[in-house]
Amino acid sequence: MIWNKNKECMSRDELRDLQGKRLHKLVDLVYHNTPFYREKMQEMDLLPDDIRTIDDIVKLPFTTKADLRDNYPMGLVAAPMTEIVRIHASSGTTGNPTIVGYTYRDLEIWKEVTARALTAYGVTRGDIVSVGYGYGLFTGGLGAHYGVEHLGATVLPTSTGNTEKHIRLLRDLGVTGLACTPSYALYLAEALNKQGLTGADLKLRIGAFGAEPWTENMRREIEERLGIQAYNIYGLSEIMGPGVAYECGCKNGSHIAEDHFYPEIINPETGEVLPLGQEGELVLTTLTKTGMPLLRYRTKDLTTLMPGTCDCGRTSVRFTRILGRSDDMLIIRGINVFPSQVEAVILEIPEIAPRYMLVVDRKNNLDTLEVQVELRPDSFSDDMGSMLALKRKLSDRLKSVLSISAEVKLVEPNSLPRSEGKSTRVIDKRVLA
Amino acid sequence: MTIKQLSVFLENKSGRINEVTKVLGENGINMHAFSMAETTDFGILRLIVSDVDKAVEVLRAKNFAVVLTDVVCICCPNVAGALAKILDKLAAHQIFIEYMYAFAQGDQANIVIRPSDLAECLKWLAEEDCRVLGDQQL
Ligand SMILES: [Zn+2]
Repeated sequence: MIWNKNKECMSRDELRDLQGKRLHKLVDLVYHNTPFYREKMQEMDLLPDDIRTIDDIVKLPFTTKADLRDNYPMGLVAAPMTEIVRIHASSGTTGNPTIVGYTYRDLEIWKEVTARALTAYGVTRGDIVSVGYGYGLFTGGLGAHYGVEHLGATVLPTSTGNTEKHIRLLRDLGVTGLACTPSYALYLAEALNKQGLTGADLKLRIGAFGAEPWTENMRREIEERLGIQAYNIYGLSEIMGPGVAYECGCKNGSHIAEDHFYPEIINPETGEVLPLGQEGELVLTTLTKTGMPLLRYRTKDLTTLMPGTCDCGRTSVRFTRILGRSDDMLIIRGINVFPSQVEAVILEIPEIAPRYMLVVDRKNNLDTLEVQVELRPDSFSDDMGSMLALKRKLSDRLKSVLSISAEVKLVEPNSLPRSEGKSTRVIDKRVLA
Repeated sequence: MTIKQLSVFLENKSGRINEVTKVLGENGINMHAFSMAETTDFGILRLIVSDVDKAVEVLRAKNFAVVLTDVVCICCPNVAGALAKILDKLAAHQIFIEYMYAFAQGDQANIVIRPSDLAECLKWLAEEDCRVLGDQQL
C-alpha cells in the first residue's frame, strides 16, 4: 500500500521541479531568518536568487553536527519562539546536546512521512502498534507515536523499560505491530523464550526497526524469532526523526521522502558530490521544514543511492543499508566493522555493562579484534562453566553480526574508561606498512 | 552445616591478587585459605576469611565483583589416607566434587569442597560420621 501516491510515485521531472521550488523558498527563509546561514552565504557571495533549481544546491554550504553544537542551544532555529511548538534534544557523546525546534507545520510533515513508512510496511487502520522506542527528548518514541495515530491505527505507547509488562500487553491485546530498536526486538524475543513462549504465541506481524545500525543477519533472526516481517525505518533528530526514509515490501533499500528531504552523497574526505551509485556520506537538506531547517546536513552515515523506480511503484530514490558512520568505521580483515554494531550486541546481553573497548591488532599478518567488556557485578558467578558460557554467547553473537570472529575478554566492573567517543573506545595497534 | 566462601572475579593481570589481599589486610580480615581458578583472561579467586560480611563490603567498595557460595568444610586428622577415605565414600554416593582445596590447622586438615549436591553431601557426611565445620569453628 502507498499512503501518498501523488508524492511517493511522482515522475522524476515533476519531483525535481518541486524540489527546486522548495529549495528556493528554503534558502530565502534561512537567509533572512538564520544569521548563521546568512553569514555563510555572504562569505560565499551567494544570494537567495542564485539558487533557482535543485541542481544549484551544490553551491550551498554544508552544515555539520559541530555547527549545531557551536550554535547551542537555538542558534539555527529560523522561526520565532512563538511558532516553535516542540523541542527535542539528542544526547551528544561529547559537548553540548543537539537541540531541534519544530513548528506545528513541521510536526504535520513528520506525521505524514511516518504514516508513509508504516503504510509501506503494510500497517493499516486495523493494526495495533506498540511503540517501544524511548518517549521523551529522543525523537523515536513521539515520532513513531504520532505517525501511527495519523495513519489511524491504534498506538500502544509502551516506551522502553518494563519488558514483562510489554510482553503481557502484546499477548492480551493481540498487538500486530512493533516499532523499536532492532536490539530491543532481539531482547524481547529472548525474554519471550525465557517465559517459555515464542513468536507463535503473539499476533505480531510487522516490525519497524531503526535508530541504530543493523544487519541482514539481524533481520533474519528477528523475523524468525518473532514471526514477523521486519523493516528498516531511518531518521535522525537533526533532520526530523523516524520517517525520513523507509523500506517497502521489497526490502531492497530505504525510500527517502524526497519531496521533504533532498539527498546527496559526498566523499566524506573532500566534500565532493559523488555520481549516483557510488558509496559515500549521506547529506540531507530539509526542503520544507520551517522550525530548524538545515542546508546540506552531513549525516556521517555511509551509504549508496539507488536510482530507478522500485518494484513497489515508488519513484523516490532509495539508499542501501547503512552499517555505520564515516568517522567510526574500522576495516578488519577487509571487512567494515562499526563500533555501533558491537554496541548493539552488548546491549542485548544483560549480564554485561553497556561499555566496551575494541583492540585491533595485527599478528602474523592477520588482523585481530579483541572486544573487552565489563562484567556486571551482580552477574558474577562462582561457577566457571557459566562464566565461560557467557563469554561464548557474546562471541557467537558478535560473529553473526560482524561476520568476523572476535576474541572476547571479560574485564572487572568499572575498569573500562567512562567517556565516550571513538578515541577511547577503539585502540588500533596495527602498524600499516 | 556449611561455610561461606568468598569468590572474587579477577582479570589476569599482575597485581590484582595483591590488591585483594591488601584490602583485606588493611581491614583486619584474615585469610584462612584460598584457591584460584584461571582461564586465559580472567580468574575466580576463592577465599575463606575471618569476617566474610566485612570482606564483601570492603571489596565491593573497591569495585570488585564478589559473590558468596556455600561450601562444605570437612575436618579430618592430618594423617596419610584420611582424606582419600572420605572422598571414596562421597564418590560411592554419587556426589561429585566441582572443586576443592585444603588448609592445615595444627594437627588437623580442613578440606573445602563444592559438591555437586550440597544437601546430599551433608547428609552422607553426617551418616559417615565425618566432622564438618561451621563459620564459627574457623
Ligand atoms: Zn519500494
